[in-house]
This record gives sequence, structure tokens and C-alpha cells, in this order.
Amino acid sequence: MIDMILSILLGSLTAMVPIVLTSTGAVVSERAGVVNIGYEGILLMSALFGAIFAEMSGNPWIGLLGGAFVGMLLGMLHGAITVYLKGDHIIPGIGVNLLALGVVAFGITAVWGTAGQHQVPTNFRIQPLINTPYGGLSPMVLVTFIIVFLTHWVLFRTPLGLRIRAVGENPEAADALGVNVEKYRFLATVYGATLAGLGGAYLSVDWLGVVTKEISSGRGFIALANMVFSGWNPVRALIGGFLFGFFDNLSVWVRTNPAVSQVVPWQFVATLPYIVTIVIVAGIIGKVRPPKWDGKPYKRE
Amino acid sequence: MIKQLIKPLLESFLAIVIGVLIGAIVLAFSGYNPIEAYAALVKGAVGSAYGWSMTLSSATPIILTALTFAISARTGIFNIGAEGTVYFGAIAAIIFTNIFANPIIGLIAGMIFGMLWALPAALLKVYRGVHEVISTIMLNWIAFYTALYLVLGPLANPDDPNKTIEVPVSARLPLLMKGSELSLAFIIAIAAAIITYYILWHTVLGYELRASGYNERAARYGGINPKRAIIWSFLLGGIMSGLAGATEVMGRPPSYAISQGMANIYGYGFDGIGVSLVGRNHPIGIIFSGIFFGALKAGATYMQIEAGVPLEMVKVVQGIIVVAVAVPGLWDLVKKVVRK
Repeated sequence: MIDMILSILLGSLTAMVPIVLTSTGAVVSERAGVVNIGYEGILLMSALFGAIFAEMSGNPWIGLLGGAFVGMLLGMLHGAITVYLKGDHIIPGIGVNLLALGVVAFGITAVWGTAGQHQVPTNFRIQPLINTPYGGLSPMVLVTFIIVFLTHWVLFRTPLGLRIRAVGENPEAADALGVNVEKYRFLATVYGATLAGLGGAYLSVDWLGVVTKEISSGRGFIALANMVFSGWNPVRALIGGFLFGFFDNLSVWVRTNPAVSQVVPWQFVATLPYIVTIVIVAGIIGKVRPPKWDGKPYKRE
Repeated sequence: MIKQLIKPLLESFLAIVIGVLIGAIVLAFSGYNPIEAYAALVKGAVGSAYGWSMTLSSATPIILTALTFAISARTGIFNIGAEGTVYFGAIAAIIFTNIFANPIIGLIAGMIFGMLWALPAALLKVYRGVHEVISTIMLNWIAFYTALYLVLGPLANPDDPNKTIEVPVSARLPLLMKGSELSLAFIIAIAAAIITYYILWHTVLGYELRASGYNERAARYGGINPKRAIIWSFLLGGIMSGLAGATEVMGRPPSYAISQGMANIYGYGFDGIGVSLVGRNHPIGIIFSGIFFGALKAGATYMQIEAGVPLEMVKVVQGIIVVAVAVPGLWDLVKKVVRK
């Protein structure tokens, strides 16, 4: 029994990383007023490029940084369209998600010559920080905790954080006080996408160790749901992320457990994280309030 | 009026040019010959009567799923749940044509099941304020696994492990060209686009949908119930993508079933979003952008055989086109850059 609890606990921490990183980035981006629904595509593309960077350099950490770099570039694209060109916030995100479907499917075939799936060799993957009989603990779990608490501190305890929140809550007032609204919105967007990029590379060079067309499997959107759940708060997003990680992990555990899989078809268990996401978001909306200028382009009068 | 029409057309065209150009760069970087690849693609798509039949039959489901997105976008909603709805349309068509061997019943079943799968997201949006982008994506995944269960289990074909049970011969849609994959389904898709145009611009319901999409507060002031409009836009959208799934199994040889891993019904929902955006969320624009995307799809197979380029390449081009469409004032921007 203890074995089972420990292994599910470790598994939840492992599964939590990409969701928490993306949610934390999304919190910063939306606190500054920029909605990005392209995280799913960012996760996908940085999973692909993370593996490419890791295998080219021979170092999985370069892979993680490479994934973050790809996320950063995509964030700059989104920021340029939404912040500087005053475009719609949703459509570029849809575009990035569609682009990712093509880039990843094409990339796997073009780079490795295999269709649909590429296994990342073990020596190009991040090694666990601690190995336990119940599974390994990735150093990225630790990194995630540090990023979350650091982001929380900056967002709520520093002048920089105040400015980020001000441009999302009341850009007119921030502008009047001499804060460069566009600059902070752009930087917050790039930060959000960079964290998602890190989370995407974690999928391929650390946790799952493969690149597939479906590797993100909705986690970019689950992260957005988790952001809503958190009330746009990084530390609460950490708790929510653990909860989603738990259900994600539970569904895999139940699926592979013969006692259960003989009674319930595994496909129904696999729907669990998605059902939980909808139910939780449906249950808490109305109780949380997004930043006032979230998703609205700001044009100086 | 003409000027209003020409600018969006130019911008979509420009986006296509950008997509093709960046696609060429990606091809060159990946070690392929872009000219050879594109030549093969064009030849495969429109170089013969068979190519044209493949282009139009590939356009059929994505015109329908594009209508799903367009109807919602006109109502101010981003319904990206067409993907999941397609699965249920296909499954309903298989089940009901096997009970009643009649094509009309199959099509109606597809539409009704499509509508039913679209309903939860509508209700969550209207009564719980859940953003449709989150709910529809989650519903897509729930639909995927549920459909996979049905495909592998109750609907599995005892004679052929590669697909589900087939649509009976008497319930299949007639072919428009012998030996091709082009069937009456294409005509149905075009009719659906024209009907959608009529509903949106020439009926009271369409006016209500567009008014609440344009300005929800003003619409409410004008006596329109935006909640009702949102639910209707999801339901109409569900009909279209349900139809896409049904026509795909009833009117697309050779399988007349759902093939292994749902390969022949997967991805149309996402392609439709691109088609709709390039067609400027206008049903008539969608017919043309749908045929263009259909040509890309039909040509891709030929390009893979002829030039050895992975057919997924066209998805990269499609993606770049959609990102380019998302850039506001693309035409003015390019004009400014060129002038410099």
C-alpha cells in the first residue's frame, strides 16, 4: 500500500512539471494582459527541437535550453502580433497550434527518417536526481519548484511584478505613470512561452523520452485550465498542477493495472484527466476573476 | 464595397504566398529540392482528372469542418471542437446505416450525433462560463478515446482487423466519377456551405448570431438573447462536422468504414480551422480555401512518391499560412516593408 502511494506520489510530481511550468508562464503572460492559447503548439515544437538539440550536442541540458529557446522565439512571434500589431489574441495561438501539428510530423520524418515516433536514446536524456525503488525523481521537479516560487516572489513582491500586473489590470494608469505598457506585455508573453518551451523539451528529453505527434496530448490546454483554477497565482498553480499530474498519472497506473483494465476498458480511464479538467474549471469559474485587461489590445490614446 | 472585398482576398492570397515561400526554405534546409517538391505537388493535385477528383474529395470534409469554425467565429466563439464531433458523426453513420440501410438515415444520424457532441461545450459556456477553447479541446480528447473504444470493440470488423464494420452497399453515396474517390459527398458539402451562407446572412437566426458576435452588449440591448445565439451556433456547427464524419465513411471509397487508429477521420477538425481562417470565416470563401487545402492534401501523396518529400510537409505550409493570416493588416505591413 505504501509502495503504491509512494509511486503515485512520485509519478504525480513527474507528470506535474510541464503543466506547472506552462501554467506559471501563462499566469505571468495573462497578468500582463496577453492571452496565448498556443502553448499546446509550443510544447509540441519544443519537444521536437529539444530532442534535436540534445542529440546534436550530446547533452540533454542543452536540449532543455534549446526547447526553451524555441518557446522564446514563438513567444516573440505571439508578442509581436498581439502587443505591437494589436492583433487578436486567440487566432495567432490557433495558428501556432496548427503549425506545430505539421512541424512535428514533418520533423520526425525529415530528421530521423521514421514515421510518427522517435525514441530518444537514454544517454541523451536527463538522469534522475534520486533513484528510488518506486521510480526516479527528475532534477526538473526541483527546477520547477524554484521557478514557481521565484516567479511568485517577483510577481507579488517586486516593482517589476507590480508593473507587470499594472499593465494587465489598468494599462491606462500604468501608461500615465510612465510604465512602457508594450514592453512589459511583450516581455511577459515571451517569459510565458519560454517556460512552456522548457516544459515541452522536458517531455522528450526527460520524462517520456520520445517524440510523437501527440506528445503534448492537450497538456497546453490543461495548463490553461489550471491557470484559471489557480486564480492567476503561481503557487496555487503548483498545487493545481500536482492535482492534474495525479490524475494524469493515475490514469496510466489504472490502465496498466490488470485488475482494473480487465473490468474497465483503458480508453475510458484515459479520458479521466480531461474530464477532471472540465469538471474542475466548470466548478470554480465565477469565483475567480481574470486581470481586467486580459486579452484586450491596448492602444495609446 | 469592392474594396472591402478585395483587401481580405489579397491578404489571404499573400498569406498563401508567404506559406509557400517559407515552406520552400524549410524544404531546402531539410535537404530537399523545393522546386521539384512543389512541381510534383501541383501535378498530383490538378495535373489530371484523377488529381482533380482527389482534390475535391479531400476538400469535402474540411469544407464542412471549416463551416463549424466559421459559424462559431461569426458568433464570437472559438469552437475548436469539430475534431471530436467528426468522430461521432462517422460512428453514428456506421451504426445507423447498419440498422437501416439507407443513406438519408445515415446522414441524419451523423448530423444529430454531431449536434449532441457539440452541446456540452455550449452549455458549459453559457451556464458556467467555461472558455470554449478549453472545453472543446478536452471534449476532443474524451471523444478520441471513446471513439477508439467503439472502433476497437463493439464496431470492430470480425473479417478485417484493419477497420470497423462497413456501411452497407445500399447506404453508400453514389460516385460522381467512376474509379475515383469523389462522391455525392462533395455536392453535399457545397450545399452545406451555401445553406450556411443563407442562414447567416438571410435569416433572423443568422442575424442574431452575427449580432451577438459583433457586439454582445448591443445585441442584448436590441432584444437578442446572446445565450440562445451561442447555443445555436454550437448546434449548427455540430451538424456540419457531424456531417463531415458521416460523409467520410459513407462516400469515400475504398473502405466505407473507420480505418485502423481512426486514420481516415483524424485531423479534419484542425484542418477545418485553417480553411475557415484563410476563407475569412465566410462560407463562400471557405469553398475556395477548402479546395485549395484539398489540393495540398491530394498533391502531398504524389509529392511523397515522386519527390520523396514526407507528405506532412504540406501541414507545415498550412500552419505557416494560418499564422500569416493571423497577422493583422498583413497587406499594409508588407507594403510598408517593400517600400522601405
